[in-house]
Amino acid sequence: MSMSPQHKSLSVWLEGVGAWTPELPDWPTLRDWLRGAPAPGVEAVDKPRPTVLSASARRRAPRSVLAAVDVASQAVAMTHRDASRVPSLFATAQGDSGIVDSICATLATHPGELSPTRFHNSVHNAAAGYWTMATGCHAASSALTAFGYTFAAGLLEAASTAHAQSTPLLMVSYDVPGCGPLTEILATKTPFACALLVAAERSERAVARADIQLVRHVERDALAGRAGQLAANNVSARGIGLLQSLALRRSGVLYLQVAPQIDLKICMEHHP
Amino acid sequence: MATSLHPSVTPLAVSACTVTSALGQGKATHVEGMHTMQSGLHANDFSLTPLTCHIGRVEGLEHIELPGDHKMWDCRNNRLGWLALQQDGFRDAVVGARQRYGSERMAVLAGTSAGSIGSTEDGYRRLESGRLPEDIRWPSIHCLHSLGAFLAAALELTGPAMTVSTACSSSAKVFAMAERMIRCGLIDAAVVGGVESLCHSVLHGFNSLQLVSDEACRPFDVERNGISIGEGAGLALLERVESATGAPRLLGWGESSDAWHMTAPHPDGLGAELAIREALDNGGLDAGMVDYINLHGTGTRNNDAVEARLVDRMFPDSVRASSTKGYTGHTLGAAGAVEAVLTLLALQQDLVPGNLGCRTPEVACARHLALETRARHVCVALTNSFGFGGNNVCLAFAKGSATA
Repeated sequence: MSMSPQHKSLSVWLEGVGAWTPELPDWPTLRDWLRGAPAPGVEAVDKPRPTVLSASARRRAPRSVLAAVDVASQAVAMTHRDASRVPSLFATAQGDSGIVDSICATLATHPGELSPTRFHNSVHNAAAGYWTMATGCHAASSALTAFGYTFAAGLLEAASTAHAQSTPLLMVSYDVPGCGPLTEILATKTPFACALLVAAERSERAVARADIQLVRHVERDALAGRAGQLAANNVSARGIGLLQSLALRRSGVLYLQVAPQIDLKICMEHHP
Repeated sequence: MATSLHPSVTPLAVSACTVTSALGQGKATHVEGMHTMQSGLHANDFSLTPLTCHIGRVEGLEHIELPGDHKMWDCRNNRLGWLALQQDGFRDAVVGARQRYGSERMAVLAGTSAGSIGSTEDGYRRLESGRLPEDIRWPSIHCLHSLGAFLAAALELTGPAMTVSTACSSSAKVFAMAERMIRCGLIDAAVVGGVESLCHSVLHGFNSLQLVSDEACRPFDVERNGISIGEGAGLALLERVESATGAPRLLGWGESSDAWHMTAPHPDGLGAELAIREALDNGGLDAGMVDYINLHGTGTRNNDAVEARLVDRMFPDSVRASSTKGYTGHTLGAAGAVEAVLTLLALQQDLVPGNLGCRTPEVACARHLALETRARHVCVALTNSFGFGGNNVCLAFAKGSATA
């Protein structure tokens, strides 16, 4: 299946997981739901309130950033690693399209009234900025995007960086629905955020190993069931198959499309 | 010699590169502009409402037509990307590499800050019953990845394609990503670069932060008062050194976060220093081996004061330094790649570009700052890129012969 003999497989150890949706506010809840448990039935929460952010940062940060920072905190907490020493990568197809909507609406009518806070919150690396400030982290942070392949692109870059630099790395993927005229052309209809702490070397923190390889793209059936629902409504949730594998502790192979003509082939192996 | 943090960082050949900015199209116009110290900046004739400032505008983008099969990508940013691909034989060099490696073994790693948002702004000015107008009602020109996806399509490359957007360091980070991916064996070569085009959100956005100068920017001048926004594109083809032994090399890179403020640099340049030290360390360099530094030098009070003090405490007198933003303006997400190419030109042409716009330099950088363009042997050069969110990158380049 691999495209040529040079296509190496990169192995990463998954150490920590975070997740958030308005109805499933953390990884243990999403995990149990993916295993078949009923949704907790608590009232949906429009946006999380990550305590790692200062009160003023929580007020200023847009919903996309709150979601990203919340899942990042969950994943790091699970590993007991020092967040200030872990490089981070934030993958999001759209960043915060609600802010883009508001900026473009202001520019169309009163361009001189653009809010400086909205403007700096609109940068694609806003979440990386808030996260590194909140954790006092001076390690590298990045932000990338790749249309519907954003989660897979983030995972590939995370694996590449973790290996090349022999470092654990925090990867976050998140998208929130926009508002206004952009809404109808964007794929994300419901909010979703998840985080994975990956490492190039095995430690006692590892819960699973993922062997990642680039292979030629093959059309496959969409995910069914609950995981499929999430993936259909949020670009960042297209990586949900990997979270499902973690939830079900199911070893095996899954594929995530990473570019128009290539997939990531991911062999998952779980550890006691 | 410094101890390497990442001893396995392997130099890469920059086997082709090109730059397009307000100074002109292609490398030769930039060499000429730097020699004669001509600025590409002029009074703002872009914004629809009056805004007193200078801009770096690439002439003729309004008249560029993308070929029929690329119409879905048509927007100012991708037109600039397309124009850049045609310069300096860059596209032919990529075709050659594609034939050697296979299209799926090459990545496209692009950097931009605002990307194609100009299309979205345009749509909001002429909504049709609350909807984007029908002629631009599709996602491929309203998402940041428009750039990376378009470049991959235009170059017929089918490997990993991503768009990095970390504000003004975006297209410097892609050089580091390419080095890591090649070292891991994921790909054999990469097209890296950045494209940023003029749009209203950045003009008014930086203006709302009171960071835009009312005149042409004057990096490191004691009287500087802000940036001049420019549009531009820088592109490079990176592959293993064995494939192009005479080509200049990417020796090292460093990346860091300030963890300080969303829009202001750390007052002591802490993150910037970490990035520079890492680039030196993993390039196997020490500060005294550097001949030229292309500074971030935006022209804001804060950035230049911090960067001037940093260079002062880190580098010996022998090092020459300048900002080239007086020529091109601040090309934001494209600045990393545009200035990487200008740095490569300094290496290839043995010239140190003068810091255009500065008459009286900040005291802290007076001993390093090159006020006039001069011929000088340049073997090793750095380029700094610092972005909002405290995102810092430093790249280290060298002549092909320096590490042979």
